[in-house]
Amino acid sequence: MQHPIDDTVPNQAALRLERDRKREAAARVWLPLLLVAALLALWETVVRVNQIPHYILPAPSLVLDTLLKNWSNLAPSLWFTIKLTLMALAAAVVGGVLLAMAFALSKWVEIGLFPIAVVLQVTPIVAIAPLILIYVDSTTTALLICAWIVAFFPILSNTVIGLKSADSNLRDLYTLYGATPWQRFRYLLVPSALPYFLGGLKIAGGLSLIGAVVAEFTAGSAGKNTGLASRILESMFRTEIPMMFAALFLVSLLGIVIFVVFAALAKWLLGHWHESELRREL
Amino acid sequence: MADISKPLLSLRRVSKRFANGTLALQDMSLDIGDHDFVSFLGPSGCGKSTALRLIAGLSSASGGEIVWHHAASGSADKTERRLGFVFQEPTLMPWASVEDNVYLPLRLAGVARDAAAPKLRETLSMVGLTKFAQVYPRELSGGMKMRVSIARALVTHPRLLLMDEPFAALDEMTRNKLNNDLLAIWREHRFTVIFVTHSVYESAYLSNRIVVMAPRPGRVVQELTIDEPYPRSNDDYGLSSRYQTHIRAVQKALHGTLDGIAIDH
Repeated sequence: MQHPIDDTVPNQAALRLERDRKREAAARVWLPLLLVAALLALWETVVRVNQIPHYILPAPSLVLDTLLKNWSNLAPSLWFTIKLTLMALAAAVVGGVLLAMAFALSKWVEIGLFPIAVVLQVTPIVAIAPLILIYVDSTTTALLICAWIVAFFPILSNTVIGLKSADSNLRDLYTLYGATPWQRFRYLLVPSALPYFLGGLKIAGGLSLIGAVVAEFTAGSAGKNTGLASRILESMFRTEIPMMFAALFLVSLLGIVIFVVFAALAKWLLGHWHESELRREL
Repeated sequence: MADISKPLLSLRRVSKRFANGTLALQDMSLDIGDHDFVSFLGPSGCGKSTALRLIAGLSSASGGEIVWHHAASGSADKTERRLGFVFQEPTLMPWASVEDNVYLPLRLAGVARDAAAPKLRETLSMVGLTKFAQVYPRELSGGMKMRVSIARALVTHPRLLLMDEPFAALDEMTRNKLNNDLLAIWREHRFTVIFVTHSVYESAYLSNRIVVMAPRPGRVVQELTIDEPYPRSNDDYGLSSRYQTHIRAVQKALHGTLDGIAIDH
């Protein structure tokens, strides 16, 4: 029988690999930060040297200042956009996964419904949003529907592929051992589909934010219970350019946080087995 | 060794025609004796894997019947037939540890984890993977993955172990080692093996019966008995002139089938 190599003594290659890994992990954080800092510094310098007026291009320092000064005004909007994005994403996950399961169970359901899903996906949301706003009374519900339409498709299509991707020999094995449909689903289809689903989730996370912002732009509503898109529109009308940048910054930050969270989730769930999250030793 | 008077199962004029019209298997009749080690040998397309899938119940015959003599009378009870199947690829679940992969057949049969634990330990030790129970498949070599696959097939104590070119993708040294280990396990546990292979050497080394098959349409052309005692080791048997004689006989039967193809073209 094979004996494992004695790995209690770290060898040179292992040490080098460990060092490279640490260096790369650190670089992943500080390299982009350094680059962003350099760009901000360049921006600040260009604005100051050329004395560009703040209503044309505000310096980063002024944007930060505006953000802090108007935090009490921006925070509720940020919270509204976060809520809208997460609710749309949750609805997209539930709807996308349930529909994918129905597709996987019955090809008739798939043949019938898939074209409709494609129509929803390919029609630009800005074109449908006004209609939805007309037919749905509650603005928040209308926004939610818009964001959901944008976000659910990647989850649906990825999960459908995932559920179908289970190894055919493994399927035979489950048949051979008389697996019940539930056992087959739980122990074979779900783990096989997981990497695909998580890939869809990463895309849908970003899209639900885009959907939430775009829908609010189209709704063009003002008032208390509104999100960051309304703040951007408002500042545009008032030509408060620094405030536009501040709201825009918060939207981007939210998008980055969503991406990082889902990337970490994928790593946590797949890190120990799936090719996409494995590090190959060269 | 071969005890055809008390066969485990019989194939009677079994045929398989695929939807595209290909006749994959034509009128295959065969008795598989209890405790036999039978090889299905032949070139690609001779229907040997098809026959294996039919016996496993993974596909249904277009004609003829497969009779299980030991099944409870009048029933087609699957537990009575207890099958193990080893594919050409290890076919492991990459998201599950070695132990969880081997646990699969028991889990699907509703055996609780705790109740299965002794059996898992026993089976893993049988294939020499005790130390690797918690390891994931990606960390294993090709030969070790195949051992996991064999352990998974053996964990239910099958009556019949079906193997579809299990070692074809492995290097020669690993294959020899696995062949010897498989023979040792088979001798100790006395199940029946049907071993699909395209290697003359492998079939003559392992089995006590060789069913030589030919393609287009897939059919049995000859049956040979390798009347050599077990245990068979490389020193006693693998290097002997008796082994060489058997190989020549098998090659002759096999070349007959290939000549047939040459004439067809």
